[in-house]
Amino acid sequence: MKHIITILSSRVQKEGGCGECQASCQSACKTSCTVANQSCVSRGEKILLPRKQGA
Amino acid sequence: MVHSFEVAGRFFALDGDSGAVHMLDKMGFDCVRAAEELGFCEGLAAMKEKYGGEAEALFAELSALKDEGLLFLNDEALHAQPQEEAPSVVKALCLHVAHDCNLRCRYCFAGTGAFHGERLLMPLEVGKKALDLLVARSGGRRALEVDFFGGEPMMNFGVVKELVAYGRELEGKHGKRIRFTLTTNAYELSDDDIAFLNKEMANLVLSLDGRQAVHDALRPTKEGGSSYAQSLENAKKVAKSRNQQGYYVRGTFTRNNLDFAKDVLALSDAGFEQISVEPVVLRPDSPYSLKEEHLPAILNEYDRLLEQYLKRRREGKWFSFFHFVVDLEGGPCLKKRLTGCGAGSEYLAVTPDGEIYPCHQFVGREGFLLGNVFDGKLNDEMRASFANNHVLSKEKCAGCWARLYCSGGCAANAQAFSGSIARPYDMECEMEKKRLECAVAAYCAENVREEEASD
Repeated sequence: MKHIITILSSRVQKEGGCGECQASCQSACKTSCTVANQSCVSRGEKILLPRKQGA
Repeated sequence: MVHSFEVAGRFFALDGDSGAVHMLDKMGFDCVRAAEELGFCEGLAAMKEKYGGEAEALFAELSALKDEGLLFLNDEALHAQPQEEAPSVVKALCLHVAHDCNLRCRYCFAGTGAFHGERLLMPLEVGKKALDLLVARSGGRRALEVDFFGGEPMMNFGVVKELVAYGRELEGKHGKRIRFTLTTNAYELSDDDIAFLNKEMANLVLSLDGRQAVHDALRPTKEGGSSYAQSLENAKKVAKSRNQQGYYVRGTFTRNNLDFAKDVLALSDAGFEQISVEPVVLRPDSPYSLKEEHLPAILNEYDRLLEQYLKRRREGKWFSFFHFVVDLEGGPCLKKRLTGCGAGSEYLAVTPDGEIYPCHQFVGREGFLLGNVFDGKLNDEMRASFANNHVLSKEKCAGCWARLYCSGGCAANAQAFSGSIARPYDMECEMEKKRLECAVAAYCAENVREEEASD
């Protein structure tokens, strides 16, 4: 193995802020704040819909 | 800001500010850690002693990654985010349609459903006023959210149905789209109820704790009997009828089941594919609370869960664990990452008698009444204090690699444990960081081919 392999490059999108995405606490937890498992709706991504591969 | 760590025998570096993810071998890990702790010059000197001349080439690689903004990024642009004088819109409501419950869960933060007050059901008119306020305050936002919560919202299901119908009217009149969701213990759900929920609710949260003994120990009916079999049977019907999408079974673990991975797996064994099991949040004097002394066991349990999670997914018994699903390839925009759940500003909770609080966890807490639905006025000073309580304003978060993943944590937990919404709850931070590490490891395990990793 190489000493360091970049799996994902820079991913935090600085633009945006339309606010059309889901309030994070409404998802599944109601007690712990995790925003990173949400996707951006303005990029047409699905919100919190983890799916089996090929499903 | 970089974080290097080892999970399941593999080494990783996550660059918190850029979101870049790197896999490392042991030497790579040691060098990143040395650069992180000692800086590049001293780190290189220390690593040359350990690894000889090869360390120089590796440090040159780290330096190139730094120049590309993929490692050791300390993004100044983050600090240019403007302060808000007064938050402009409300986009999500938690409607407490029932401050009553058909169960008497011993760890309930809502005082077994009554929120430490009277047992009340929300009248239809209060709910309508709340929806009116949401639409009136939503400005240009099209996508709005309403979660029916309790207590147990199914105890006031007639009002829930009427509010959905009213919400659909408002959608048409005002060009909005309301995403309704509901959180239930699934104890009393008829087939007709499920059919309605499947038609109208974008997501359902079903409270089940996992193994029967764990569930029944803390989730008795109000008569003191077992709720397990009935809730489980109904929840299975929901999961199946929703084609395993648009729901979560959501458990709570306490100090009595620090082996909570077994509860997650029990829910998977029962056939659920969307699972979330959360740490209980209670004051230290509660017999069920989690304390710092429990933390090592909890963190180890996440490792055990990760191992089984990956194994089951490989072997065809697929399930999703809420906290191991992080959108590392995209994720929310920076503004969302800074502001988090929006409690107190964009997201509000409404009680059965129409009082408005920053979120469901704040309901009934002295000093946090934001207004009421009848006159529609909100305490904008308090809302601004919540809006400006973003992760960059929190001293504790300034040096934390996870700040753009957790947004500084839950304001209600912070206030409950430190007395201030600006000082995050330490236990929550440690658990969140561990779950993020597991999420990175899970992503790499499932998306990086073995040969790629060993090139």
